[in-house]
Amino acid sequence: MFDDFFIRALIAGLGIALVTGPLGCFVVWRRLSYFGDTLAHSALLGVTLAYSFELNIALSVFIISSLIALILIQLQKKTNLPGDALLGLLAHSSLAVGLVVIGFLTFIRFDIMGLLFGDILAVTTDDLLIIWTGGAVILLVLKLIWKPLFASTVNYELAEAEGLNPDRAKAIFTILMAAVIAISIKMVGLLLITGMLIIPAAMARNISDSPQKMVLFSIIGGLLSVLLGLFSSLEFNTSSGPSIIMSALVLFILSLLNIKQSIKLKN
Amino acid sequence: MSSENSTLVKLNNAGFKQNDKWLVEGVSLTVEKGKIVTLIGPNGSGKSTTAKIALGIYKNIEGSVEKYTNKVGYVPQKISIDWTLPLRVYDFMLLTENIKDEAIDEALTLTGVIHLKNKNLGNLSGGEFQRVLIARAISKKPELLVLDEPVQGVDYTGEIALYELIKRISDTLNCGILLISHDLHTVMTATDHVVCLNGHVCCSGSPMDVAKNNEYKTLFGEQASQILSVYEHKHDHVHSDKGEIKKN
Repeated sequence: MFDDFFIRALIAGLGIALVTGPLGCFVVWRRLSYFGDTLAHSALLGVTLAYSFELNIALSVFIISSLIALILIQLQKKTNLPGDALLGLLAHSSLAVGLVVIGFLTFIRFDIMGLLFGDILAVTTDDLLIIWTGGAVILLVLKLIWKPLFASTVNYELAEAEGLNPDRAKAIFTILMAAVIAISIKMVGLLLITGMLIIPAAMARNISDSPQKMVLFSIIGGLLSVLLGLFSSLEFNTSSGPSIIMSALVLFILSLLNIKQSIKLKN
Repeated sequence: MSSENSTLVKLNNAGFKQNDKWLVEGVSLTVEKGKIVTLIGPNGSGKSTTAKIALGIYKNIEGSVEKYTNKVGYVPQKISIDWTLPLRVYDFMLLTENIKDEAIDEALTLTGVIHLKNKNLGNLSGGEFQRVLIARAISKKPELLVLDEPVQGVDYTGEIALYELIKRISDTLNCGILLISHDLHTVMTATDHVVCLNGHVCCSGSPMDVAKNNEYKTLFGEQASQILSVYEHKHDHVHSDKGEIKKN
């Protein structure tokens, strides 16, 4: 009924949505959307390096994004610049370096649009393996650090005082962010990955009254966005990334209706 | 039990400096099982800082802290919670430890806020939130309880009831309590040891000793000293919410 590539894209997209759902909640709660952007922009450099040295793209992106995260932490310690300025500095300079490197790699044909906005045609069987095993590992680790990470998101001092080691949880979470970007870059594209993290989580916030519900709705929202997005991408021949993100946006707008209703009920 | 075993946390000449300014220095104190140690002192005298040193929140400190327990309950003085989180009272109770439902209900009942269990934390009043904070700290059945102005914003009758609850918890759980309070009546009735701070330790000892201390008198004034020293009688009854008298 469907072409193989489309089935692969579906399996890949659903796997990504399972991971971005819970991680996205933390991105919203901890106000890390710009941080996610920075890691995603630096992913371009990772992709170019993967092509230059014939590495696996996900691995290379993971390494570069983790590196950028480490540099950010060091810069935060050693300079007096505010966090958002440092993020902007790293985001745009790593994007620029990535683009310049692409310019030098004239011997490789690059699909820049595919890199920026995702390309469902590019998903291979190997990618499926990376997405699903990588995703499973990310979710497992997130489950392990859930308590300290969540507690310190609510209040750092309480978590620290009651012996939960929030600093370690935060460091591990940073690595998980790099990992989720690495596994989803091919599908969603580096300009739109943060949208995949934030929009379903934001939608979920509008209809949840507890953290568990928000995570659950965020996952469901992500899965629906992928389904809707990929089918419309096939139907209208649009890029996969923007189609998925637009579907997420539609769900978000629908969730706003719920807010209006509950405000009415209160009055 | 030897005194070494009953020690929960011990500060040895501890101090903390921020931006080249000492917030507090040279504090030595010990909190033992079943004992209540109270920190008093004017604003900015380093009470909360001392509590945070004892809790291990501040890392680069002078002197040393020896902590012998990891079962800690903490009620901070200031707490800023980000309301982008959908968080009910129930979720908040489970924040740092998975506690059984019965223990949650018991703690919320003790502090008088069981009816708020499924309410969103952001919709509580200041006093209600304070009661939830106390409930969360005691529901863990901690060995060490650190309470930084735990009854701020609580109505007057509630205040007395909560302090009595704290005293009772120290007895039943046999936990050590490090209490920060500006309520000198409470300090007098419930405390085993008082540490009077003003950037450093002014004086310390039993409530009566501290009340007679000259440095304490200059810090708080004669009147405060009288409050402490006349407060030698013990209550033989408590008042319930409805004003009925209950004998102890």
